[in-house]
Order: sequence, then structure tokens, then C-alpha cells
Amino acid sequence: MKHYLPAAGLIVVLLLIWEAVARSINLLFILPSPSGVALKLWELKEVLLFDHLPSTLAIILIGLAISIVLGVGIAVWMNMSKIAERAFYPIIISSQMIPTIAIAPIFIMWFGYSIWSKVVVTVLITFFPITVSTFDGLKSSSKELRELLLTMGAGKKEIFFKLQVPSAKPYFYSGLKVAVTLSVIGAAIGEWLGAQAGLGYFSRRMMTQFDGAAVFAPIVLLSTVGVVLFVVVKVLEHKSLKWRNMK
Amino acid sequence: MRKPVLEFRNVSFSYGGEKSILDHLDITIYDREFITVIGASGSGKSTLFRLITGLEIQSEGTILINGENHRNRHGKVGYMPQQDLLMPWRTVMDNAALPLELSGISKKDAQKHVLPLLDEFGLTGVENKFPGELSGGMKQRVSFLRSILTGSNVLLLDEPFSALDAITRLSMQEWLLEQWEKREKTILFITHDVNEALFLSDRIFVFQEAPVHKLQEVVVPLGRPRSLRDLNDPAILKWKDELIEQLRKGVSI
Repeated sequence: MKHYLPAAGLIVVLLLIWEAVARSINLLFILPSPSGVALKLWELKEVLLFDHLPSTLAIILIGLAISIVLGVGIAVWMNMSKIAERAFYPIIISSQMIPTIAIAPIFIMWFGYSIWSKVVVTVLITFFPITVSTFDGLKSSSKELRELLLTMGAGKKEIFFKLQVPSAKPYFYSGLKVAVTLSVIGAAIGEWLGAQAGLGYFSRRMMTQFDGAAVFAPIVLLSTVGVVLFVVVKVLEHKSLKWRNMK
Repeated sequence: MRKPVLEFRNVSFSYGGEKSILDHLDITIYDREFITVIGASGSGKSTLFRLITGLEIQSEGTILINGENHRNRHGKVGYMPQQDLLMPWRTVMDNAALPLELSGISKKDAQKHVLPLLDEFGLTGVENKFPGELSGGMKQRVSFLRSILTGSNVLLLDEPFSALDAITRLSMQEWLLEQWEKREKTILFITHDVNEALFLSDRIFVFQEAPVHKLQEVVVPLGRPRSLRDLNDPAILKWKDELIEQLRKGVSI
């Protein structure tokens, strides 16, 4: 717990400064105070938690699931075939050059206001770190260990499962940690551009009503979702890579 | 008559067809011999091991393991590399059981097989630890156990103790001799250390500069069982000086 004291202290100090500045400016519809945001969060708790959070969470989880399957699948394929690597890698990189915010309206046109337009935005933004890190992880396996396995008579399949997969796991988790934080951004962007529910949608709607505190309240929830997802991945990583904790 | 377990017949090898490392080389190693291979860096010692394990293919000649000429030599000999090369994500038990798993034995049966051996290798109580938690000597014992479990009668040990401190190294040398006698294996051992070569082996192969056409072979004038004190015998010391002199001829600074 002591470990987190400096961060907690800094947050408290920043919140106090924010509170003081907000009160002195006294334009709460533009710059709400943290206490105002907390009050608004309490006021809107039912609408936010039961109407909008499930909708955003569904986008995030479906998007992440698709990204993991797609990302790991493409990474494994690129690892197995040089041609696949040459074909996919440049496309994957260029997919990240497209400004997501600019292309998102296209998905709204294609998929309408359904969940899928937002899921596609989330996938577009999250599959990249998963694919690239998993691919790098598969490639990172030690040449010496590979040769040792060959001297023991291992075939391609054994080398993949007993060497490459375990070598790639830490990389995969690194990619996933980046992806879960990006997934929240992806879902929020998707919702801003066209949705009928969701925390991002709610925040944008409140902006048009000049209700600063109500803009911030769902953002606080979105950040909490990001932090919780990150912690979940950290716990999974810790359990799955026990050997790293022993050092 | 002694049975040959490893034979090089007229073997030539070069990397990428350029620098020749071995040139029509003949070697015969017999059952339950302990051979050390000694020579300067870059003289081709490791290449010899890469050829035997099948990581490299000779350009000419035949390599026979237990009298057989295998098209693919992978899995035919046990190999213990310079660094322990244990998989950091596998426990001691799982690292040792790896060759058994690769030969198709189920993980559970492999572990049953390994468990009694852990005791003989001084690894009781650490079977569920990861390599990162072990001392250098322990790691090398796991690595040696793993090479034993390949089931091959020929073991190739590539400078296995070079990273250990001097005291651990001496105990590991004594321990290795015990294991060699007990397990009835044939061992080929690469080292830079003349004392280590003298203490361990029956014969020493001296690698001079590449390309190696004929190995200089030295029979160690020590009986068995032997102790480290035997190396201090004046006759042995004189013999050792001569050997070092020979080795220095092959080294250009």
C-alpha cells in the first residue's frame, strides 16, 4: 500500500488545486469543481451505471475479444509464413496511420447506430498493439533454446508450443495492457460519433447542455473502467507468468 | 573389443562453403570413454558438436552414432550447452522432463520418471522452483539431468562449468565424474581449462588451427578413480606443461 502513497498524495494535491481554481473562476458549467463532479456522479449513478455503463462495457469487451483473436491469429500466421508477414505487416502499420476519428463516421454509415460501428472503432484501435507485440514475442524466442530443442528431436509444432508461445506471453500481456486502455478511448470515440447509449454518448449529450459536471461524471467512470481492466490484465499476467515474480 | 559409439569418417565441413573448419577428419570414440576437446577459440570445437547433433551437415564424409549413419541426427545424442539454457518459465521438474515430453511421454509419466532422479542429482526440494531461483551449480545439474534424460548413451558437454566460480567448479567436476561412472555414458567435453581436461578425461583431443585435418590426441596418464590431488604429482605437472606448450603453438595473438 505504501508503494502507492506518493501517487495518492499527488492526486489529492491536484484535486485540491483544481477545486480552488474552479471555485475562484466560478464558471462551473465550463470548469466544474471535483466536488461538483462527485456530486453529479452520485446524482446520476443509476442512469450511468445501469443504462450507459453496460452499453460501453459491451463495446469494450466485444472489441477486445475480437482484437485478441484477430491480433494473435495474424501474429501467429505472420510468424509461420514469410509471405503472410510481408503481406500483413505493412497493412497493419498503415492501418494505424489512419486517424481513427476521421474514419469512424464511415463505420457509422456502414453499421448504423448499432453496437458494431463502435466495436469496429475499438478493434481498429486495439488490435495493433496486440498483433505487433505478440508477433515480436514469437520472434523473440532464443535461437540457442531453439537449437537445443532441435538437438532433442523437437519438430516445428513442439518448438512453437514449448518455446515460442511461452516466449511470446510477456509480450502479449504488454500489448494487452496497452490495448485495454486504448479500448476505452475507442469505445468513447465511437459513441461520440453516433450512439443511442453509452458513457461517451452521455458525456457528449451533456456538453450540448453546457452541464460541465455531467460531462465529467461519465469520464470518471470511463477512466475507472480503464483502470479496472488494466488491473485485471495485471493480475492475469502475474498468475500466468509466475516465473517472473520469483526473481 | 571396445565398441565405437561415435565415428567421423573422412568428414569435411565449412561454413557457407568458404572457411574450411574440418578437412577429411577421422575420429573414433569408444563406449564409456570420457574425452575432452581442448583448443583455442575459433578452432572448430563447437562446430564438432554442431555436426554431431545435426545442427550442421557435413559437406563430405560420414558421421556414425552407435554404428548408424542417420539422415537426421537430431535427438540422437544428449547435449548440454555452455549456458545452462533452462527455460525460465518451466520449473526444475518440467525442465528436466522436457526430453521425455518431446519423445511423446505424457507430462505425468515423465514427472514420475524424473522424481527419483532429482534426489540423485541433489535437487530434492527444488523441483517446483524456477531456474531464476537456483544457484549456478544447481542450474548446471538440472541441465545435465536433462541431457541424461534424452536417453542417449553419448553426451556432449560444451564448456558446462565455464560460468561457475572456481570452488563450485571443482565440486561439479568431481560430481560429474561420479555421474559418468554411475550412468555408464560416453562423454565428449569441451573446455579451455587444461586442469579440467586432465582431471576428467581418458583422452584429450587438441584442436589446432582450422582447418583441422588430424586431431592431436593425448592419452591422460592417470588411472581411475582419481582425485584432484593427483594433478599435483611432479610427473603430471611436467606433462601438463608440455601440453600447454603444444596448445600455445596453435594460438596466434
